[in-house]
Amino acid sequence: MISDAISKHNLADPVTPMIQRIVNGEKQLFHELIRPVERPVFVMLFMLLRNESDAEDAAQETFIKVYRNLSAFRGESKFTTWVLSIARNEGLARIRKRSTHQEVSLEPSPDDQNQTISPATIVDWREIPSEALERKEVALCIQQAIMALPNIYRDVVQLRDIQELDVQETANILGVSPGSVKVRLHRARIMLQKELAPKLSKFAPAKRGLFGRHV
Amino acid sequence: MKIDCKHVWNYLSAYIDGEVDSALRAEIDRHLEHCEMCSAIMDSTRNVVVLMADDRVFEIPSGYSLRLHQRLSTLLDH
Repeated sequence: MISDAISKHNLADPVTPMIQRIVNGEKQLFHELIRPVERPVFVMLFMLLRNESDAEDAAQETFIKVYRNLSAFRGESKFTTWVLSIARNEGLARIRKRSTHQEVSLEPSPDDQNQTISPATIVDWREIPSEALERKEVALCIQQAIMALPNIYRDVVQLRDIQELDVQETANILGVSPGSVKVRLHRARIMLQKELAPKLSKFAPAKRGLFGRHV
Repeated sequence: MKIDCKHVWNYLSAYIDGEVDSALRAEIDRHLEHCEMCSAIMDSTRNVVVLMADDRVFEIPSGYSLRLHQRLSTLLDH
């Protein structure tokens, strides 16, 4: 049973052997270990702290904590999920320390299931190509819409649609049920479509054929 | 079973994530074929989901990685 559990853990995340080597003394491998999570950690902290320099400082602290606690990583979750949980705790602790009145409350707003959220009803616009993001104004427009979401919706959008974690990983980091993740994501995506459709349609190619493409 | 627009909207997110069963998916697909509005809503919602995953939406400050590894070096070299 024990060997079964260990092999499952090793299978759970391919970086587990590298972590073992770092814990056993090959410290410099830590640089390589964290490369894939540098960006996710910064994005998470930027979305919480809303400030690049605070996010960068908190990211450095996060990775120092990751290093110091590396021997505690047991492989029960993916390494990325574990690191993002540490980053989130770091970010939330910093928000608490700021303790100014203008900061957004950490208290999650309740899921109001009764409140109907409807998408923007459009027929004349469907999509803009990803290349449009080369224009700073387009990228900023999307970023601002995401940042304007209430906390509980921004959290799930970040983990599911920006960091591209699965439902269970998202639920683990946020400490909510997978069902809540799905409900919040659904509502968040509709809020974003409603907010962005009228704006992004202005960036769509000017001319369309008579028969729109159906996917 | 014939489904209406609002019913389709309830499954927008699950449909995009491939989490609706095949019978419901077929119903939704039939609805989308003749409903220009719902089909535009589905496409635009999917477009928003695709765009959000793009690294250009949230850019990392230049030098972030360099500064991070420099700070870690002082820790790892001890």
